[in-house]
Amino acid sequence: MNAEFDNNPGHMPPPDHLPPPGSPVLQARGLVKRYGRVTAIDGADFDLRSGEILAVIGDNGAGKSSLIKALSGAVVPDEGEILLDGKPVAFRSPMDARKAGIETVYQDLAVAPAMTIAENLFLGRELLRPGMLGTLLRCLDKPRMLAEATAHMQSLKIGIRSMKQAVETLSGGQRQGVAVARSAAFARHVVIMDEPTAALGVKEGNMVLELIRRVRDRGLPVILISHNMPHVFEIADRIHVHRMGKRAAVLNPRRISMNDAVAVMTGALAVEDIPPECHA
Amino acid sequence: MTPFLERFPLVRHIGTLGPLIALLGACLFFASQSPRFLSGQNFSLILQQVMVVGVLGIGQTLIILTAGIDLSCGMVMALGAVLMSKLAVDTGISVPLAILCGLAATTLFGVINGLLVTKVNLPPFIVTLGTLNIAFAINQIYSGAQTVTDLPDGLTALGNTFSLGDVAISYGSILMLLAYAASWFLLRETAPGRHAYAVGNNPEAARLTGIATKRVLLFVYGLAGLSYGVAAMLSVARTGVGDPQAGQTENLDTITAVVLGGTSLFGGRGSVLGTLVGAVIVGVFRNGLTLMGVSSVYQILITGILVILAVTADQVSRKGR
Repeated sequence: MNAEFDNNPGHMPPPDHLPPPGSPVLQARGLVKRYGRVTAIDGADFDLRSGEILAVIGDNGAGKSSLIKALSGAVVPDEGEILLDGKPVAFRSPMDARKAGIETVYQDLAVAPAMTIAENLFLGRELLRPGMLGTLLRCLDKPRMLAEATAHMQSLKIGIRSMKQAVETLSGGQRQGVAVARSAAFARHVVIMDEPTAALGVKEGNMVLELIRRVRDRGLPVILISHNMPHVFEIADRIHVHRMGKRAAVLNPRRISMNDAVAVMTGALAVEDIPPECHA
Repeated sequence: MTPFLERFPLVRHIGTLGPLIALLGACLFFASQSPRFLSGQNFSLILQQVMVVGVLGIGQTLIILTAGIDLSCGMVMALGAVLMSKLAVDTGISVPLAILCGLAATTLFGVINGLLVTKVNLPPFIVTLGTLNIAFAINQIYSGAQTVTDLPDGLTALGNTFSLGDVAISYGSILMLLAYAASWFLLRETAPGRHAYAVGNNPEAARLTGIATKRVLLFVYGLAGLSYGVAAMLSVARTGVGDPQAGQTENLDTITAVVLGGTSLFGGRGSVLGTLVGAVIVGVFRNGLTLMGVSSVYQILITGILVILAVTADQVSRKGR
């Protein structure tokens, strides 16, 4: 049903054309999105650099989810442009963004619980048998999917014994691990994670944070949307603060305090009053 | 405090093993009650008795796996059966062409169900309640409520038998088994089959992973329609007539078979082979109770109890997850 994925190797090695760290990967300039009289995105800029985890924080209603939807193709902006590797792109749907190598992990654990881990990893992009069996009958290459799922989960150090287990037998953290692993396997440019730890306990949340770090270390930049400030400060390289529909500041989590970051987010602290070394 | 039934680990696996255990248990019981039960000839008879519901049950399973339901399957089958026989008898077109028209008509009905579910976003229960009545009415108008008789031999050929040792097996039951093998392969081994499970299991996740969920549903409803056409061929072959009143009990009998086979009405869990076991369970009970001289009303009573037990097992095993 998705012919374009039929030859996808599935288990993606780290991207081989790694751009130098710090070079721009995904950018947005002057994005605007209006819903009737409500302006959800009001001239927002955005910069994701290679090799980093960029946290996006913002109060409820600040428009960060609209921004993320625009970047992942779920919303088409009215104005402004999005650049991927410096080239303008126009996503009409989440599928367009995926084809361009941007994968999204959703907070509500987007997995099929009754299906196996291997099936979930390859859901919608199954590996097919070579020859007529694959092209005509769309027969699955189960041994290859199993082998690649095992290799991929091992490379991300997700300790699950059998890929033939149903996802519903896993803990919440392991389930999110499957969702993250799926995105990391197919993303060629960017992984977007929308509140990946929101539904998890402390220990499980830390497990997923560690996993996010591993995804970055394999060369994929990560956009992390989170309300959990300790998590943000633990793993983000830079923090994009979204306020009133646009980017208010980009902060350096190693310089600014958690309280000040929240103050900027809520407007209690003016951006001009932040010491210059706290910007990133 | 865990509910009583859930304390037994075995109960949680009953969804997968239960149907087979129930079937074996029933066979043992009836074998002890009637010496005529345990014979090849009797099992061949049971297969012939369940083949129409069995093949209808394939389509019903496909749809229930996507968390839908089809109330119209028996009526659509009856329409296909009358169309095949009437075309062959009245217009004199060749038997294969008449069968092809019947298959096309039932598939079209399936596609219409699918379009209403996917494009108009109506619940499958309501859509198929509507098409149930529409198919019934069209069938009565088209046939003038008259049974079509004097069918050409070709249309009843599937009712013929061949001998395996001293057992006579009908071609129709072989066709049913082949249809099960094909649908089992489709659901287990191909991408569209796995997508059908995913759509039933978590439609939102399926959509987010890029599965064209509406196309999957349309495919499933269309394929179900085709299976009703195959069931129509079997019904014509078995009864020797094109009966516009056929299919009325089959509508719900298929759901009974699916549920007894351990497929969840909530979608995403179950298998088409379970439905075959479920259909055979009903067949075995009817056959065995008849051999014991139990009146048919009690057979219906027991079928009802079995269905409720099966759904209870499904509920309990769902909670265990």
